[in-house]
Amino acid sequence: MGLEYVKISPGFEKYMPRDYVDLVEFGQFGKEIDVMQMGQFKELVEEHPMCAGCYMAYFIRVFYTALPKPEDTIVLGTAGCARLALSQAAVPFIYGNYGDTNAVASGLKRALSIRFPDKEKDVVVIAGDGGLMDIGFGMTMHSWFRREKFTTIMVDNEVYGNTGGQESGMSPKGIQLKMAPTGKKFDKINAVELAQTAGCVYVARISPTNPKRIAKVIRRAILAARKFGPTFIHAYTSCNIEYSIPTREVLADARQREKKDFKFYEWMTDEVKEYLNEIEKKAKEVKS
Amino acid sequence: MQEEKKVIVPGPAGYNPQPAAFLGVDLPPPGRALLYGEEVDEEVAMREAAKAMLTRKNPTIFPGPLVLWGWNAAAMEKAKAVLELAMEIPNCRIIPMPDYRPKYPKIDPEAEINPNHPNLTILHNKIEACIFVGVHCHYANLSLRMIRAGTNCFTIALCAEMGHEDAMVSLRDQHAEEIRKFKDVLVQVREELSIKWEPKLPPENPSLPKEDWTKVTPFDFGEYAALLMPRKGEVVEESE
Ligand SMILES: Cc1ncc(C[n+]2csc(CCOP(=O)(O)OP(=O)(O)O)c2C)c(N)n1
Ligand code: SF4
Ligand SMILES: [Mg+2]
Repeated sequence: MGLEYVKISPGFEKYMPRDYVDLVEFGQFGKEIDVMQMGQFKELVEEHPMCAGCYMAYFIRVFYTALPKPEDTIVLGTAGCARLALSQAAVPFIYGNYGDTNAVASGLKRALSIRFPDKEKDVVVIAGDGGLMDIGFGMTMHSWFRREKFTTIMVDNEVYGNTGGQESGMSPKGIQLKMAPTGKKFDKINAVELAQTAGCVYVARISPTNPKRIAKVIRRAILAARKFGPTFIHAYTSCNIEYSIPTREVLADARQREKKDFKFYEWMTDEVKEYLNEIEKKAKEVKS
Repeated sequence: MQEEKKVIVPGPAGYNPQPAAFLGVDLPPPGRALLYGEEVDEEVAMREAAKAMLTRKNPTIFPGPLVLWGWNAAAMEKAKAVLELAMEIPNCRIIPMPDYRPKYPKIDPEAEINPNHPNLTILHNKIEACIFVGVHCHYANLSLRMIRAGTNCFTIALCAEMGHEDAMVSLRDQHAEEIRKFKDVLVQVREELSIKWEPKLPPENPSLPKEDWTKVTPFDFGEYAALLMPRKGEVVEESE
């Protein structure tokens, strides 16, 4: 971790694969990148084996662009679709056992702050609705109760996508899925409210229709976690396979959900608000 | 060395072979090395490793992240020593392992080696002798065993720590100075074998752009050039 790790040893520039030379020359390490510049720089994740047209894959692409300091970040994932792309990105990735992500992240974040007391090292968990709200529920909650300083992002496709369509606590009531044919009997868990009650200092719910807003929310969550405590983002990232959404209608679906149960919602404590206002004001001044 | 004493030899050993440690191979104490799974004097192992790199087909060095990235002065010095070693091996190639992330749907086996399927690079390039250097131990262990399982490659580990049981030659505590010592041994063995060679750097990574796009001529378009060249009497508009 650190910028030294993205400097090629002198003499080896000629022997590196082009991908890596491009990452060093045209990548985001050590730079301020705006999400609207996507396509004009070498991104941290490119090839991945997620389904064509998967909205979760799109969200992950925007996520990497939004990282405030990719060279000082560790991403944690687990079983589920997201890790297929997360593990291929040019940012250190740790695979937590299914359900364990937030316990692993707690230990990791604590260890990093002991090892590098004067440096900011960001830890971000990205996992599915099953990983965080079902099987990893206890770990997720306890990382929040204990005020662990890292960000949790739930990529909610309302199903166990990777294992072929079982219902999760986040699936909507009444939904029939391939491996849950009798229909879901109870409501979708209100994850955002739980996060707020459990001690998160910044909470957001988002349907990813606007890349600028996704990036802003991710940045805010990471910056707030550095100083104040746990932060949480609940993102709707539809599964076009399990919910049979044709690829060309994925964005329209996200827009529709944004009008209904995925209305943009953002909440933070007063001290986080003050802190973020200050940072964002400074950034604006630098720009102008 | 007697033939029956060789425990770890070039494969293919078959799918999922027993790890060398299960076959009774122990990592050696400082100053000693492993040769075919047996503890020997470092010099003996170095000579055998040199012979493999000098006589087997398509010798290749696989540098890992610990030397490819200039994360401290010692890493950069070690990188320099690796290049000096590469210069002395006739027709040597360098194929890097810049990190350990999985690469799907596919890797370019001429441009890089991936620890999750190192055999692809080795089989594609018909590499019969290779050196691992600067690869973190857990991934070196994984790769070396996979290579022994699926290829006939002679593997040499230049390890900064205690070495690797699954390599045919494992040298321990290898830093810049020790790599230079190995280079000297290699040059000596090369002379003993009467192999003539002027030191030169291996060819660069084939994935890097070779062409200077500012100097493209119609001939660079090959069979399509005819489609681009204005025909006699044809009027080419400003925009079309
Ligand atoms: C401890 C454990 N239990 C079960 C599994 C099997 N498993 C793999 S992925 C998965 C479901 C993933 O669902 P979710 O977390 O919502 O992620 P998605 O694939 O939908 O993105 C399950 C149950 C596992 N890998 N480990
Ligand atoms: S199964 Fe669904 S969530 Fe998983 S990669 Fe495919 S479309 Fe995306
Ligand atoms: Mg899911």
